[in-house]
Amino acid sequence: MPDRPIKVLIAKPGLDGHDRGAKVLARGLRDEGFEVVYTGLRQTPEMIATAALQEDVDVVGLSILSGAHMTLLPRICRLLQEEHLDDVLVTAGGIIPDDDVPALKEAGVDEVFGPGTTIREVADYLRANVHPRD
Amino acid sequence: MAALGGDRRALARLLTAVENRTPVAEAALRELYPKAGRAHLVGITGPPGSGKSTLVAAIIGRLREAGRSVAVLAVDPSSPITGGALLGDRVRMQAYAGDRDVFIRSMAARGHAGGLSSATGAAAAVLDAAGFDLILIETVGTGQSEVEVAAMADTTVVLEAPEMGDEVQAIKAGLLEVADIVVVNKGDRPGAQRTAAQLRAMLVAAPKVGRGDGRPRPKAPEVLLTTAATGEGVPQLLAALERHRAAGQGSDAAATRLARAEAQVWAIAAERLRSRLHDPTHRSATASTLRAVADHDLDPYAAADRLLADVE
Ligand SMILES: Nc1nc2c(ncn2[C@@H]2O[C@H](COP(=O)(O)OP(=O)(O)OP(=O)(O)O)[C@@H](O)[C@H]2O)c(=O)[nH]1
Ligand SMILES: [Mg+2]
Repeated sequence: MPDRPIKVLIAKPGLDGHDRGAKVLARGLRDEGFEVVYTGLRQTPEMIATAALQEDVDVVGLSILSGAHMTLLPRICRLLQEEHLDDVLVTAGGIIPDDDVPALKEAGVDEVFGPGTTIREVADYLRANVHPRD
Repeated sequence: MAALGGDRRALARLLTAVENRTPVAEAALRELYPKAGRAHLVGITGPPGSGKSTLVAAIIGRLREAGRSVAVLAVDPSSPITGGALLGDRVRMQAYAGDRDVFIRSMAARGHAGGLSSATGAAAAVLDAAGFDLILIETVGTGQSEVEVAAMADTTVVLEAPEMGDEVQAIKAGLLEVADIVVVNKGDRPGAQRTAAQLRAMLVAAPKVGRGDGRPRPKAPEVLLTTAATGEGVPQLLAALERHRAAGQGSDAAATRLARAEAQVWAIAAERLRSRLHDPTHRSATASTLRAVADHDLDPYAAADRLLADVE
Protein backbone atom coordinates (compact mmCIF):
# COMPACT_ATOMS: atom_id res chain seq x y z
CA MET A 1 0.00 0.00 0.00
CA PRO A 2 1.33 3.43 -0.84
CA ASP A 3 1.51 5.83 2.11
CA ARG A 4 -0.14 8.52 0.05
CA PRO A 5 -3.80 8.59 -0.96
CA ILE A 6 -4.68 6.19 -3.77
CA LYS A 7 -5.34 8.16 -6.96
CA VAL A 8 -8.34 7.13 -9.03
CA LEU A 9 -9.60 8.30 -12.40
CA ILE A 10 -13.38 8.15 -12.71
CA ALA A 11 -14.41 8.44 -16.33
CA LYS A 12 -17.56 7.95 -18.28
CA PRO A 13 -16.91 6.57 -21.76
CA GLY A 14 -19.64 6.48 -24.36
CA LEU A 15 -22.32 8.79 -25.55
CA ASP A 16 -25.09 8.55 -22.98
CA GLY A 17 -25.68 11.71 -21.00
CA HIS A 18 -26.05 10.42 -17.46
CA ASP A 19 -23.20 10.99 -15.08
CA ARG A 20 -25.09 10.97 -11.80
CA GLY A 21 -23.80 7.56 -10.80
CA ALA A 22 -20.23 8.43 -11.73
CA LYS A 23 -20.40 11.65 -9.73
CA VAL A 24 -21.81 9.88 -6.69
CA LEU A 25 -18.98 7.35 -6.91
CA ALA A 26 -16.36 10.11 -7.32
CA ARG A 27 -17.62 11.97 -4.25
CA GLY A 28 -18.01 8.77 -2.27
CA LEU A 29 -14.43 7.71 -2.98
CA ARG A 30 -13.20 11.17 -2.02
CA ASP A 31 -14.99 10.70 1.29
CA GLU A 32 -13.23 7.35 1.64
CA GLY A 33 -9.89 9.18 1.41
CA PHE A 34 -9.05 8.68 -2.27
CA GLU A 35 -7.77 11.39 -4.58
CA VAL A 36 -10.29 11.24 -7.40
CA VAL A 37 -9.75 12.78 -10.81
CA TYR A 38 -13.17 13.22 -12.32
CA THR A 39 -13.27 13.79 -16.05
CA GLY A 40 -16.97 13.88 -16.79
CA LEU A 41 -19.16 12.72 -19.63
CA ARG A 42 -18.55 11.45 -23.14
CA GLN A 43 -14.96 10.40 -22.79
CA THR A 44 -13.30 8.81 -25.76
CA PRO A 45 -10.93 5.91 -25.03
CA GLU A 46 -8.07 8.21 -26.10
CA MET A 47 -9.06 10.87 -23.57
CA ILE A 48 -9.22 8.27 -20.83
CA ALA A 49 -5.81 6.82 -21.67
CA THR A 50 -4.25 10.30 -21.85
CA ALA A 51 -5.75 11.28 -18.49
CA ALA A 52 -4.61 8.02 -16.86
CA LEU A 53 -1.09 8.58 -18.17
CA GLN A 54 -0.72 12.25 -17.24
CA GLU A 55 -2.39 11.90 -13.86
CA ASP A 56 -0.40 8.75 -13.05
CA VAL A 57 -3.42 7.17 -11.40
CA ASP A 58 -3.43 3.84 -9.58
CA VAL A 59 -6.95 3.00 -10.72
CA VAL A 60 -9.11 3.70 -13.77
CA GLY A 61 -12.78 3.36 -12.84
CA LEU A 62 -15.13 3.29 -15.81
CA SER A 63 -18.83 3.90 -15.53
CA ILE A 64 -20.77 2.81 -18.56
CA LEU A 65 -24.48 2.73 -19.24
CA SER A 66 -24.65 3.00 -22.98
CA GLY A 67 -24.46 -0.71 -23.78
CA ALA A 68 -21.26 -0.18 -25.76
CA HIS A 69 -19.07 -1.76 -23.07
CA MET A 70 -17.99 -4.68 -25.26
CA THR A 71 -16.32 -2.33 -27.72
CA LEU A 72 -15.27 0.56 -25.46
CA LEU A 73 -13.80 -1.29 -22.49
CA PRO A 74 -11.44 -3.58 -24.43
CA ARG A 75 -10.33 -0.60 -26.49
CA ILE A 76 -9.51 1.40 -23.35
CA CYS A 77 -7.58 -1.55 -21.91
CA ARG A 78 -5.62 -1.86 -25.14
CA LEU A 79 -4.69 1.84 -25.12
CA LEU A 80 -3.61 1.65 -21.49
CA GLN A 81 -1.38 -1.30 -22.35
CA GLU A 82 0.08 0.59 -25.29
CA GLU A 83 1.00 3.40 -22.88
CA HIS A 84 2.68 0.79 -20.63
CA LEU A 85 0.15 1.39 -17.88
CA ASP A 86 -0.13 -2.34 -17.15
CA ASP A 87 0.10 -1.78 -13.40
CA VAL A 88 -3.05 0.35 -13.36
CA LEU A 89 -6.10 -1.37 -11.91
CA VAL A 90 -9.09 -1.16 -14.27
CA THR A 91 -12.61 -1.46 -12.90
CA ALA A 92 -15.99 -1.04 -14.52
CA GLY A 93 -19.49 -0.45 -13.29
CA GLY A 94 -22.87 0.50 -14.64
CA ILE A 95 -25.09 -1.78 -16.66
CA ILE A 96 -23.03 -4.79 -17.67
CA PRO A 97 -24.70 -8.20 -18.06
CA ASP A 98 -23.04 -11.06 -16.17
CA ASP A 99 -22.56 -12.97 -19.41
CA ASP A 100 -20.18 -10.28 -20.68
CA VAL A 101 -17.94 -10.26 -17.61
CA PRO A 102 -15.58 -13.13 -18.55
CA ALA A 103 -14.79 -11.57 -21.92
CA LEU A 104 -14.17 -8.18 -20.31
CA LYS A 105 -11.81 -9.74 -17.77
CA GLU A 106 -10.06 -11.48 -20.61
CA ALA A 107 -9.63 -8.06 -22.26
CA GLY A 108 -7.97 -6.59 -19.18
CA VAL A 109 -10.74 -5.32 -16.91
CA ASP A 110 -9.75 -6.35 -13.37
CA GLU A 111 -13.18 -6.17 -11.77
CA VAL A 112 -16.78 -5.47 -12.75
CA PHE A 113 -19.09 -4.02 -10.10
CA GLY A 114 -22.77 -4.87 -10.36
CA PRO A 115 -25.59 -2.39 -9.78
CA GLY A 116 -26.00 -3.09 -6.04
CA THR A 117 -22.33 -2.52 -5.11
CA THR A 118 -21.81 0.01 -2.31
CA ILE A 119 -19.12 2.66 -2.37
CA ARG A 120 -17.57 1.08 0.69
CA GLU A 121 -17.26 -2.22 -1.17
CA VAL A 122 -15.60 -0.48 -4.11
CA ALA A 123 -13.23 1.36 -1.75
CA ASP A 124 -12.31 -1.84 0.07
CA TYR A 125 -11.69 -3.64 -3.21
CA LEU A 126 -9.43 -0.85 -4.45
CA ARG A 127 -7.43 -0.70 -1.23
CA ALA A 128 -6.90 -4.45 -1.30
CA ASN A 129 -6.04 -4.75 -4.98
CA VAL A 130 -4.18 -1.62 -6.05
CA HIS A 131 -0.73 -2.52 -7.32
CA PRO A 132 2.03 -1.39 -4.99
CA ARG A 133 4.49 1.17 -6.35
CA ASP A 134 8.07 1.63 -5.39
CA MET B 1 16.46 11.67 -17.39
CA ALA B 2 13.68 10.03 -19.40
CA ALA B 3 11.10 12.39 -17.87
CA LEU B 4 12.83 15.34 -19.51
CA GLY B 5 13.49 13.58 -22.79
CA GLY B 6 9.88 13.34 -23.89
CA ASP B 7 8.78 10.17 -22.09
CA ARG B 8 5.39 11.31 -20.81
CA ARG B 9 4.87 8.32 -18.55
CA ALA B 10 8.22 8.93 -16.89
CA LEU B 11 7.30 12.60 -16.51
CA ALA B 12 3.98 11.70 -14.87
CA ARG B 13 5.74 9.31 -12.50
CA LEU B 14 8.35 11.88 -11.58
CA LEU B 15 5.55 14.32 -10.73
CA THR B 16 4.07 11.67 -8.44
CA ALA B 17 7.43 11.25 -6.72
CA VAL B 18 7.63 15.03 -6.32
CA GLU B 19 4.15 15.12 -4.78
CA ASN B 20 5.16 12.37 -2.38
CA ARG B 21 8.53 14.01 -1.60
CA THR B 22 10.51 10.84 -2.15
CA PRO B 23 14.31 10.65 -2.21
CA VAL B 24 14.07 9.92 -5.96
CA ALA B 25 12.29 13.25 -6.39
CA GLU B 26 14.92 15.18 -4.50
CA ALA B 27 17.71 13.70 -6.57
CA ALA B 28 15.84 14.45 -9.79
CA LEU B 29 15.03 18.02 -8.74
CA ARG B 30 18.69 18.67 -7.98
CA GLU B 31 19.70 17.37 -11.35
CA LEU B 32 17.07 19.18 -13.39
CA TYR B 33 17.13 22.55 -11.65
CA PRO B 34 19.77 24.06 -13.96
CA LYS B 35 17.54 23.17 -16.92
CA ALA B 36 14.51 24.97 -15.49
CA GLY B 37 13.93 28.71 -15.64
CA ARG B 38 12.95 29.06 -19.27
CA ALA B 39 9.20 28.58 -19.16
CA HIS B 40 6.70 31.35 -18.56
CA LEU B 41 4.93 30.47 -15.28
CA VAL B 42 1.43 31.89 -15.21
CA GLY B 43 -0.77 31.67 -12.12
CA ILE B 44 -4.55 31.70 -12.58
CA THR B 45 -6.47 32.41 -9.42
CA GLY B 46 -9.91 33.68 -8.47
CA PRO B 47 -13.11 32.71 -6.71
CA PRO B 48 -14.72 29.27 -7.13
CA GLY B 49 -16.67 29.03 -10.35
CA SER B 50 -15.27 32.20 -11.90
CA GLY B 51 -14.16 30.14 -14.90
CA LYS B 52 -10.49 29.42 -14.22
CA SER B 53 -10.49 25.95 -15.78
CA THR B 54 -12.56 27.06 -18.75
CA LEU B 55 -10.14 29.92 -19.32
CA VAL B 56 -7.16 27.57 -19.04
CA ALA B 57 -8.74 25.38 -21.73
CA ALA B 58 -9.26 28.41 -23.97
CA ILE B 59 -5.66 29.52 -23.45
CA ILE B 60 -4.39 26.04 -24.32
CA GLY B 61 -6.36 26.18 -27.58
CA ARG B 62 -4.83 29.50 -28.60
CA LEU B 63 -1.32 28.50 -27.64
CA ARG B 64 -1.54 25.31 -29.66
CA GLU B 65 -2.67 27.30 -32.70
CA ALA B 66 0.51 29.30 -32.23
CA GLY B 67 2.52 26.07 -32.01
CA ARG B 68 3.56 26.51 -28.39
CA SER B 69 3.66 23.72 -25.83
CA VAL B 70 1.81 24.06 -22.56
CA ALA B 71 1.54 22.28 -19.23
CA VAL B 72 -1.13 22.77 -16.60
CA LEU B 73 -1.05 22.18 -12.85
CA ALA B 74 -4.59 22.33 -11.50
CA VAL B 75 -4.89 22.31 -7.72
CA ASP B 76 -8.03 21.37 -5.79
CA PRO B 77 -8.55 21.15 -2.03
CA SER B 78 -8.10 18.00 0.05
CA SER B 79 -10.54 17.08 2.78
CA PRO B 80 -8.89 17.82 6.13
CA ILE B 81 -10.78 14.89 7.62
CA THR B 82 -10.30 12.03 5.17
CA GLY B 83 -7.37 13.34 3.12
CA GLY B 84 -9.42 12.60 0.01
CA ALA B 85 -9.91 15.06 -2.83
CA LEU B 86 -12.14 15.53 -5.84
CA LEU B 87 -10.05 16.87 -8.69
CA GLY B 88 -12.52 18.18 -11.26
CA ASP B 89 -10.70 20.84 -13.25
CA ARG B 90 -9.84 18.42 -16.02
CA VAL B 91 -13.48 18.15 -17.04
CA ARG B 92 -13.11 21.43 -18.92
CA MET B 93 -9.77 20.59 -20.54
CA GLN B 94 -10.56 17.54 -22.61
CA ALA B 95 -9.87 18.50 -26.16
CA TYR B 96 -6.17 17.76 -26.22
CA ALA B 97 -5.93 14.00 -25.73
CA GLY B 98 -3.12 12.65 -27.85
CA ASP B 99 -1.44 16.05 -28.25
CA ARG B 100 2.03 15.49 -26.83
CA ASP B 101 2.61 19.20 -26.38
CA VAL B 102 -0.20 19.53 -23.86
CA PHE B 103 0.28 18.02 -20.41
CA ILE B 104 -2.38 18.43 -17.73
CA ARG B 105 -1.92 17.34 -14.16
CA SER B 106 -4.34 17.64 -11.26
CA MET B 107 -2.93 18.02 -7.76
CA ALA B 108 -4.60 17.76 -4.37
CA ALA B 109 -3.59 20.51 -1.95
CA ARG B 110 -2.94 17.85 0.73
CA GLY B 111 -3.50 20.13 3.67
CA HIS B 112 -1.34 22.96 2.40
CA ALA B 113 -2.99 26.37 2.79
CA GLY B 114 -2.51 29.18 0.32
CA GLY B 115 -4.31 27.78 -2.73
CA LEU B 116 -1.56 25.40 -3.86
CA SER B 117 -0.03 22.14 -2.66
CA SER B 118 3.40 22.23 -1.07
CA ALA B 119 4.78 20.38 -4.12
CA THR B 120 3.36 22.73 -6.76
CA GLY B 121 6.53 24.79 -7.08
CA ALA B 122 8.71 21.71 -7.52
CA ALA B 123 6.21 20.22 -9.99
CA ALA B 124 6.38 23.42 -12.04
CA ALA B 125 10.17 23.20 -12.06
CA VAL B 126 9.93 19.65 -13.45
CA LEU B 127 7.59 20.74 -16.26
CA ASP B 128 9.78 23.75 -16.92
CA ALA B 129 12.87 21.55 -17.27
CA ALA B 130 10.86 19.18 -19.49
CA GLY B 131 10.68 22.04 -21.97
CA PHE B 132 7.10 23.31 -21.88
CA ASP B 133 6.90 26.90 -23.12
CA LEU B 134 4.12 27.93 -20.80
CA ILE B 135 3.05 26.50 -17.47
CA LEU B 136 -0.40 27.43 -16.21
CA ILE B 137 -1.03 26.98 -12.50
CA GLU B 138 -4.72 26.96 -11.56
CA THR B 139 -5.15 27.48 -7.83
CA VAL B 140 -7.84 26.22 -5.53
CA GLY B 141 -10.92 28.48 -5.89
CA THR B 142 -9.84 31.26 -3.63
CA GLY B 143 -11.41 33.40 -1.01
CA GLN B 144 -9.00 36.22 -0.59
CA SER B 145 -5.97 35.00 1.26
CA GLU B 146 -4.84 32.27 -1.09
CA VAL B 147 -2.25 34.40 -2.83
CA GLU B 148 0.74 32.11 -2.64
CA VAL B 149 0.75 31.58 -6.38
CA ALA B 150 1.91 35.16 -6.88
CA ALA B 151 5.20 34.33 -5.24
CA MET B 152 5.69 31.39 -7.60
CA ALA B 153 4.44 32.63 -10.96
CA ASP B 154 6.09 35.09 -13.31
CA THR B 155 2.67 36.50 -14.10
CA THR B 156 -0.40 36.27 -11.87
CA VAL B 157 -3.84 36.49 -13.44
CA VAL B 158 -6.73 37.14 -11.06
CA LEU B 159 -10.10 36.11 -12.40
CA GLU B 160 -13.32 37.75 -11.42
CA ALA B 161 -16.83 37.08 -12.63
CA PRO B 162 -19.61 39.65 -12.91
CA GLU B 163 -22.58 39.71 -10.54
CA MET B 164 -20.40 38.88 -7.61
CA GLY B 165 -21.60 42.07 -5.98
CA ASP B 166 -20.02 42.69 -2.64
CA GLU B 167 -17.34 40.20 -3.37
CA VAL B 168 -15.52 42.74 -5.52
CA GLN B 169 -15.00 44.74 -2.37
CA ALA B 170 -13.72 41.74 -0.47
CA ILE B 171 -11.35 40.77 -3.22
CA LYS B 172 -9.87 44.22 -3.31
CA ALA B 173 -8.27 43.51 0.01
CA GLY B 174 -6.51 40.31 -0.96
CA LEU B 175 -6.39 38.92 -4.44
CA LEU B 176 -6.22 42.13 -6.40
CA GLU B 177 -3.08 43.11 -4.59
CA VAL B 178 -1.18 40.28 -6.19
CA ALA B 179 -2.66 40.61 -9.68
CA ASP B 180 -0.44 41.43 -12.61
CA ILE B 181 -3.46 41.11 -14.88
CA VAL B 182 -7.10 41.21 -13.80
CA VAL B 183 -9.59 39.36 -15.97
CA VAL B 184 -13.34 39.77 -15.74
CA ASN B 185 -14.61 36.51 -17.21
CA LYS B 186 -18.12 35.60 -18.33
CA GLY B 187 -18.15 38.67 -20.54
CA ASP B 188 -21.38 37.36 -22.03
CA ARG B 189 -23.17 37.93 -18.73
CA PRO B 190 -24.90 41.18 -17.87
CA GLY B 191 -22.83 43.40 -15.65
CA ALA B 192 -19.45 42.28 -16.98
CA GLN B 193 -18.58 45.66 -18.47
CA ARG B 194 -19.68 47.38 -15.29
CA THR B 195 -17.60 45.06 -13.10
CA ALA B 196 -14.56 45.73 -15.29
CA ALA B 197 -15.11 49.48 -15.08
CA GLN B 198 -15.46 49.29 -11.29
CA LEU B 199 -12.27 47.31 -11.00
CA ARG B 200 -10.38 49.73 -13.24
CA ALA B 201 -11.52 52.66 -11.14
CA MET B 202 -10.58 50.86 -7.97
CA LEU B 203 -7.14 49.93 -9.23
CA VAL B 204 -6.37 53.39 -10.57
CA ALA B 205 -7.40 54.88 -7.27
CA ALA B 206 -5.03 52.57 -5.40
CA PRO B 207 -2.29 51.67 -7.84
CA LYS B 208 0.43 51.34 -5.26
CA VAL B 209 -0.95 48.60 -3.07
CA GLY B 210 1.90 46.37 -2.00
CA ARG B 211 2.39 42.95 -3.51
CA GLY B 212 2.38 41.19 -0.19
CA ASP B 213 6.16 40.92 -0.28
CA GLY B 214 6.54 44.51 0.81
CA ARG B 215 7.53 45.84 -2.58
CA PRO B 216 5.38 48.51 -4.20
CA ARG B 217 3.66 47.53 -7.40
CA PRO B 218 5.13 49.43 -10.33
CA LYS B 219 1.83 50.14 -12.03
CA ALA B 220 -1.85 49.28 -11.89
CA PRO B 221 -2.66 45.92 -13.49
CA GLU B 222 -4.51 45.79 -16.78
CA VAL B 223 -8.17 44.84 -16.54
CA LEU B 224 -9.38 42.66 -19.42
CA LEU B 225 -12.71 41.13 -20.33
CA THR B 226 -12.99 37.51 -21.53
CA THR B 227 -15.67 35.00 -22.36
CA ALA B 228 -13.74 31.82 -21.70
CA ALA B 229 -16.66 29.72 -22.89
CA THR B 230 -16.31 31.08 -26.45
CA GLY B 231 -12.68 32.16 -26.41
CA GLU B 232 -13.53 35.80 -26.81
CA GLY B 233 -10.87 38.09 -25.33
CA VAL B 234 -8.35 35.27 -25.00
CA PRO B 235 -6.00 36.60 -27.74
CA GLN B 236 -5.91 39.91 -25.88
CA LEU B 237 -5.12 38.08 -22.66
CA LEU B 238 -2.25 36.22 -24.34
CA ALA B 239 -0.91 39.51 -25.65
CA ALA B 240 -1.08 40.97 -22.14
CA LEU B 241 0.76 37.92 -20.78
CA GLU B 242 3.48 38.48 -23.37
CA ARG B 243 3.72 42.17 -22.51
CA HIS B 244 4.02 41.40 -18.85
CA ARG B 245 6.70 38.86 -19.50
CA ALA B 246 8.65 41.18 -21.78
CA ALA B 247 8.46 43.97 -19.20
CA GLY B 248 9.60 41.43 -16.65
CA GLN B 249 13.15 41.26 -17.84
CA GLY B 250 13.75 44.35 -15.68
CA SER B 251 14.69 44.82 -12.06
CA ASP B 252 11.22 44.19 -10.64
CA ALA B 253 11.23 40.69 -12.09
CA ALA B 254 14.73 40.10 -10.77
CA ALA B 255 13.45 40.97 -7.30
CA THR B 256 10.53 38.58 -7.79
CA ARG B 257 12.89 35.78 -8.78
CA LEU B 258 15.08 36.47 -5.79
CA ALA B 259 12.06 36.40 -3.47
CA ARG B 260 10.99 33.10 -5.03
CA ALA B 261 14.45 31.62 -4.56
CA GLU B 262 14.48 32.73 -0.94
CA ALA B 263 11.06 31.21 -0.28
CA GLN B 264 12.10 27.89 -1.85
CA VAL B 265 15.38 27.62 -0.01
CA TRP B 266 13.83 28.75 3.23
CA ALA B 267 11.12 26.09 3.02
CA ILE B 268 13.74 23.38 2.46
CA ALA B 269 16.01 24.70 5.20
CA ALA B 270 13.13 24.82 7.68
CA GLU B 271 12.09 21.28 6.73
CA ARG B 272 15.67 20.00 7.15
CA LEU B 273 16.06 21.75 10.48
CA ARG B 274 12.83 20.22 11.73
CA SER B 275 13.79 16.74 10.66
CA ARG B 276 17.26 17.06 12.26
CA LEU B 277 15.71 18.20 15.53
CA HIS B 278 13.60 15.05 15.50
CA ASP B 279 16.27 12.61 14.36
CA PRO B 280 17.44 9.92 16.85
CA THR B 281 20.46 11.97 18.03
CA HIS B 282 18.49 15.10 18.91
CA ARG B 283 15.00 13.79 19.56
CA SER B 284 15.14 13.57 23.35
CA ALA B 285 16.94 16.90 23.84
CA THR B 286 14.39 18.57 21.55
CA ALA B 287 11.52 17.03 23.47
CA SER B 288 12.81 18.15 26.86
CA THR B 289 13.45 21.70 25.60
CA LEU B 290 9.91 21.89 24.24
CA ARG B 291 8.53 20.53 27.49
CA ALA B 292 10.40 23.21 29.44
CA VAL B 293 8.72 25.86 27.30
CA ALA B 294 5.33 24.24 27.81
CA ASP B 295 5.92 24.34 31.59
CA HIS B 296 7.09 27.97 31.40
CA ASP B 297 10.47 26.98 32.81
CA LEU B 298 12.17 28.25 29.66
CA ASP B 299 11.19 31.10 27.36
CA PRO B 300 10.66 30.27 23.67
CA TYR B 301 13.51 32.50 22.52
CA ALA B 302 16.06 30.79 24.71
CA ALA B 303 14.61 27.45 23.58
CA ALA B 304 15.06 28.36 19.92
CA ASP B 305 18.66 29.41 20.55
CA ARG B 306 19.32 26.17 22.41
CA LEU B 307 17.83 24.01 19.63
CA LEU B 308 19.86 25.84 16.98
CA ALA B 309 23.02 25.35 19.06
CA ASP B 310 22.17 21.66 19.45
CA VAL B 311 22.27 20.98 15.70
CA GLU B 312 25.27 23.19 14.90
N1 LIG C 1 -21.62 32.25 -19.32
C1 LIG C 1 -20.36 31.85 -19.14
N2 LIG C 1 -20.10 30.80 -18.35
C2 LIG C 1 -18.81 30.44 -18.16
C3 LIG C 1 -17.75 31.13 -18.79
N3 LIG C 1 -16.59 30.55 -18.39
C4 LIG C 1 -16.92 29.54 -17.56
N4 LIG C 1 -18.26 29.47 -17.42
C5 LIG C 1 -19.02 28.51 -16.62
O1 LIG C 1 -18.78 28.72 -15.26
C6 LIG C 1 -18.79 27.48 -14.54
C7 LIG C 1 -17.52 27.30 -13.76
O2 LIG C 1 -16.43 27.21 -14.66
P1 LIG C 1 -15.03 26.58 -14.25
O3 LIG C 1 -14.10 26.82 -15.39
O4 LIG C 1 -15.18 25.20 -13.77
O5 LIG C 1 -14.67 27.52 -13.01
P2 LIG C 1 -13.43 27.40 -12.01
O6 LIG C 1 -13.08 28.79 -11.60
O7 LIG C 1 -12.35 26.59 -12.62
O8 LIG C 1 -14.08 26.64 -10.79
P3 LIG C 1 -13.33 25.91 -9.56
O9 LIG C 1 -12.11 25.21 -10.10
O10 LIG C 1 -14.36 24.98 -9.02
O11 LIG C 1 -12.97 27.00 -8.58
C8 LIG C 1 -19.00 26.39 -15.60
O12 LIG C 1 -20.35 26.06 -15.61
C9 LIG C 1 -18.59 27.07 -16.88
O13 LIG C 1 -19.23 26.53 -18.00
C10 LIG C 1 -18.06 32.23 -19.64
O14 LIG C 1 -17.20 32.88 -20.24
N5 LIG C 1 -19.38 32.56 -19.79
MG1 LIG D 1 -11.42 24.86 -11.93
